[in-house]
Amino acid sequence: MHIVYPAVVSALLFSIGVYGVLARRNTILVLMSVELMLNAVNINLVAFDMWLADVLHSGQVLTLFIIVIAAAEVGLGLAIVLALFRNRQSVDLDRLRALAEPADPATTADGDNGAGGDNGARADDHQPAGLDTVTSPQLTARGNGASDQGDGVGRPGHPARRGGNA
Amino acid sequence: MTEAAPFLPPTTQEVVFLLLGAVAVGSALLVVTTKQLVHAALWLVLCFGALAGGYLVLTAEFVAWVQVLIYVGAVVVLLLFGIMLTRAPIGRSADLDSGNRVVAAVVALATAAVLVTVVIDGFRTAYAPLKPGEGAAGELGASVFSTWVLPFEALSVLLLAALIGAIVLSRTDIRGAPPSAGEAGGDPAPAEGPGGP
Repeated sequence: MHIVYPAVVSALLFSIGVYGVLARRNTILVLMSVELMLNAVNINLVAFDMWLADVLHSGQVLTLFIIVIAAAEVGLGLAIVLALFRNRQSVDLDRLRALAEPADPATTADGDNGAGGDNGARADDHQPAGLDTVTSPQLTARGNGASDQGDGVGRPGHPARRGGNA
Repeated sequence: MTEAAPFLPPTTQEVVFLLLGAVAVGSALLVVTTKQLVHAALWLVLCFGALAGGYLVLTAEFVAWVQVLIYVGAVVVLLLFGIMLTRAPIGRSADLDSGNRVVAAVVALATAAVLVTVVIDGFRTAYAPLKPGEGAAGELGASVFSTWVLPFEALSVLLLAALIGAIVLSRTDIRGAPPSAGEAGGDPAPAEGPGGP
């Protein structure tokens, strides 16, 4: 077997993976493209292990290790994606810009505040759906038992806690 | 490490490998271009299966079966779970590609051009005579448990860490440290725990 053939297949697969990582928006599709790139590396390792006739089989053993690491990576990556989806209701990479540098230093005030406020509002929009169902029985219970002042104190407390959670 | 005349007429092994490689590359292209999220995961199955066939042709039997078991069996199922749990639309979705698609295509084409030219130029005459049994489970197991036993054990620790990390990340009732100590008199804060997703 000429080594050129596996090497060319591997190079093409790697480039396809590069395209997928750069062009896709869905986080899970990006994970799939990363898997494609890892598989390209695996073909190379196996082919060159055969070419070098390695007594220790280092290429194939490293391939097994990469497969295991890729499985762990997918597990962790999907856990992160699901946590993201729980908090943001979206796995769209273009919209997850909360940690991004501001694009242009001149428009830092505009762009950063706009993006931050947007993200903050979006994150807060999702929380009350869960929180209101929890807090409304408390509010009604407090309304029954406690005075208006207690209710007034209780309400400002919730946005603060909500901000801490979000 | 042997050499042979470049570009002999391909042997049967090479023809089979090239066909499997064409299937793998074609389905990988469909993975990154399809408009349907679930179809991408299914094309990934075909790609990984063709690659497992390629490992078999390269006489790496054990790697081929591990590829089938872990990639086709576990990783794709995990990815499908992820797709379902993020409530992806089943049919066509229009916004799977980001705006920098053209730039990505240019970068990928440049990568492919550079890699393919370098690889063809560098390994034009490299030839590996394939002996069956080189990658059988026995040989590979002896190698893993004699020479590579330390990385193997480190890998098991890494798997344990990934397991714990995934559990911690995906459980909603594990919180960090409480935000402040002044809330002791407030209402029962952790009530939102089981509410989850």
